[in-house]
Amino acid sequence: MTEQVNPAPRLDNQDPGLFGQTPSQTVGPFFHYGLPWKGGADLVGQSEMGARPELFPEDHYVLNLAPPKGPVSGQVITLEGVVFDADGKPVPDAMIEIWQANAAGRYASPDDGRTELPLDAGFIGFGRASTSEEGLYRFKTVLPGAVPGPGDSLQAPHIAVSVFGRGVVKRLATRVYFEDQAANDADPILALVPADRRDTLIARKTKGEQGDAWRFDIVLQGARETVFFDI
Amino acid sequence: MTDLIGFTREDAGQPPSLCPAYASTVPRSPRQPLVRIPQTLTELTGPAGCWDNLMGSALADLTTQHKAMPQGQRIIVAGRVLDERGRPVPNTVMEIWQANAAGRYIHSKDRWDAPLDPNFTGAGRVVTDAEGRYRFTTVRPGAYPWGNHHNAWRPAHIHLSLLGPAFATRLVTQMYFPDDPLIEIDPIANAIPLPYRQRLVSRFDIETTTPNWALGYLFDVVLRGRDATPFEDDHHD
Repeated sequence: MTEQVNPAPRLDNQDPGLFGQTPSQTVGPFFHYGLPWKGGADLVGQSEMGARPELFPEDHYVLNLAPPKGPVSGQVITLEGVVFDADGKPVPDAMIEIWQANAAGRYASPDDGRTELPLDAGFIGFGRASTSEEGLYRFKTVLPGAVPGPGDSLQAPHIAVSVFGRGVVKRLATRVYFEDQAANDADPILALVPADRRDTLIARKTKGEQGDAWRFDIVLQGARETVFFDI
Repeated sequence: MTDLIGFTREDAGQPPSLCPAYASTVPRSPRQPLVRIPQTLTELTGPAGCWDNLMGSALADLTTQHKAMPQGQRIIVAGRVLDERGRPVPNTVMEIWQANAAGRYIHSKDRWDAPLDPNFTGAGRVVTDAEGRYRFTTVRPGAYPWGNHHNAWRPAHIHLSLLGPAFATRLVTQMYFPDDPLIEIDPIANAIPLPYRQRLVSRFDIETTTPNWALGYLFDVVLRGRDATPFEDDHHD
């Protein structure tokens, strides 16, 4: 036995001098068998919305098979839209995630300590949807309640959104607000958005392919580019 | 909500959204500046602790999901999920996906004509223990060509996706291998400026290597951490 040890050929992940946030990288185009599970986009029911199982063989589906769901209070809504690139072309290899409070305005998170507000046993408030070949994503969820903002302010009902995709090097964060909410006018986050761009964050009531829906298109670049946040 | 502690902002190692050498970013990155907002209850919470209700139970061995062993060099990848102050992030989920040993993804849109392996899907997930540790077994993925530019090849990499404790800590990244000369000429790895790109390069580790079984690699993931001071308003500037 020799005592020879290989020198590190270059700096790497284990170098203490480099310690810090792990840099973000794109999900690439081939995430469908690894991330968006069947039912990931249905936060209230038993459908298989959200996955693209047609993109790989059935015996290679290893994601969640039966996400538990339970009774949920509040108004069930459909949230849908198309992800567009700078040329107005739909993005067929994007993935959208949402995070939201329940109808009472409580987050299913240990860091929301407002135990006086009810939780719904079957509702987590996190969802994941891949876009279709036509760039369309669709969630089924509930209309969230209002939640506290900075200081004594109150935030209008909203859903936090993360956008991933091929060509998206780091998560793009945005929010969905709802056009019929009077509280939008006093929302402390909307107030930080230039007035002429605020409407990119407002979902509109529409007749969707599958009934009433809230329409929220996501424009990655160009005219009517969606407002993305530095959080 | 003055008792909430916010997370640090992005550090200098995070890439810009527009990286022209990675051609797909050109039409898919915003041109308007990001709107800086304070972290509210929305950004400071997340679906912690219920990952198995979402993505499913742990699948830490990607080599035993089918009838036989997959082709390729069996490896173990192990490490910790930490925050920026070096504290462990326990009970957090890490999702994993990758190409097979020949560099081919089990995906109908992957047109690279390297062979598929019926015994390898390349997807799994692990959850960190109380010390933030994780460990999974897989095969070393192959490099593969892609259409970004003439003679473009992606270095071998494993995709990793982490939720962390809050919406603010969400991270998707890629892990590379220390002996791979393709890293230096890859536009996706090079989206990260030096020296921070090297944070994505794992280290071969003889202690993690299991005799007569599998080579071992270490890779720690560092998520944005809670600020040292209680968060009230956006005073970080």
